[in-house]
Amino acid sequence: MIARCLPHPWLSLTLLLVWLLLVNDFSAGQWLLGALLGVLIPLLSRVLWINPPRTRQPWRLLPFFLRVLGDIVIANLQVSRRILGSMDDLQPAFVEVPLEVHDELALTLLTSIVSLTPGTVSADLSDDRRRLLLHCLNVQDSAALVAEIKARYEAPLLEVFPCSA
Amino acid sequence: MLSLVIPLCLVLIGLAVLLTLARLFKGPDLPDRILALDTLYINAIALIVLFGIWLGSNIVFEAALLIALMGFVGTVAVAKYLLRGDIIE
Amino acid sequence: MHPWIEALVALFLLLGSLFALIGAIGLYRLPDFYTRLHGPTKATTLGVGGMVIASMIHFSVSEQSLSLHELLITLFLFITAPVSCHMLAKAALQQKLPIRPGTGGQPWEQ
Repeated sequence: MIARCLPHPWLSLTLLLVWLLLVNDFSAGQWLLGALLGVLIPLLSRVLWINPPRTRQPWRLLPFFLRVLGDIVIANLQVSRRILGSMDDLQPAFVEVPLEVHDELALTLLTSIVSLTPGTVSADLSDDRRRLLLHCLNVQDSAALVAEIKARYEAPLLEVFPCSA
Repeated sequence: MLSLVIPLCLVLIGLAVLLTLARLFKGPDLPDRILALDTLYINAIALIVLFGIWLGSNIVFEAALLIALMGFVGTVAVAKYLLRGDIIE
Repeated sequence: MHPWIEALVALFLLLGSLFALIGAIGLYRLPDFYTRLHGPTKATTLGVGGMVIASMIHFSVSEQSLSLHELLITLFLFITAPVSCHMLAKAALQQKLPIRPGTGGQPWEQ
């Protein structure tokens, strides 16, 4: 019964939160209206959604996102210093990262996080989804960078989205 | 204090918009110009939020949110056009 | 409004607009398209982030009710900025835009 009324519980929760933020009013009536929308919209658009991936302990994403947020702030300071400094000692590079995550959502999260953090931008994904091409603003040791990305961002994602392929 | 800081911030973002416009006209390639347009809409959001604080009213929030939505769709559409020569296949 | 809160709002406003300006400076100064991607996609998201935090504090205090809806703008930008950045980089790679000499590594052939 619950599974039939709420095919995507996370989507319903997101809809409720977005509705509350949009109206900027946390009164009981708006909670009710948001909950109604959260039930109705996933039901009406059921055919459009892909199946959500299997997750293990999804709450562990929360501290991970907080750490990413901190990294983004530090990254901004570093990139700002690069931008204002001399252009001659800049060492941009293309770096290939071999991937272990295969799930679509985890892959999207990883590329987004990489694009948002220290001087790296995801530029391309190989057709078999095994390698990610990055462009880095300033890199001395690309092997160390790959190892850091894998340990810092890919490993926590792998724990939450267990590798299915 | 805010009456002093807000005009200063307006000047800073105005400078940012001017630099972005310079890149928009200079190019040299199409992706550069699209990137400049992308930056321009993000700067516009910042300006609108700032303007809202200056007015002391929340009424411009929807405008900022709409620009964020439409700007993203526009950038992706143009980038996809460059990639494929077509937007909806 | 309490002067300390006003100072906090002013601080976040200044930080935000400084980051927006630095992003634009990067867009103007950096040598090739791929490095130029780094400036705006990062600095401007944090720039708008600073503005939004200032706006949240300001309206929460001045209207004495929690005002969080500005968070939607930041949330949306954090989701969309990497996507548009990725699309632009892909387009640039496909058009074979000139890469600055001295760049390490190679983009692969498609």
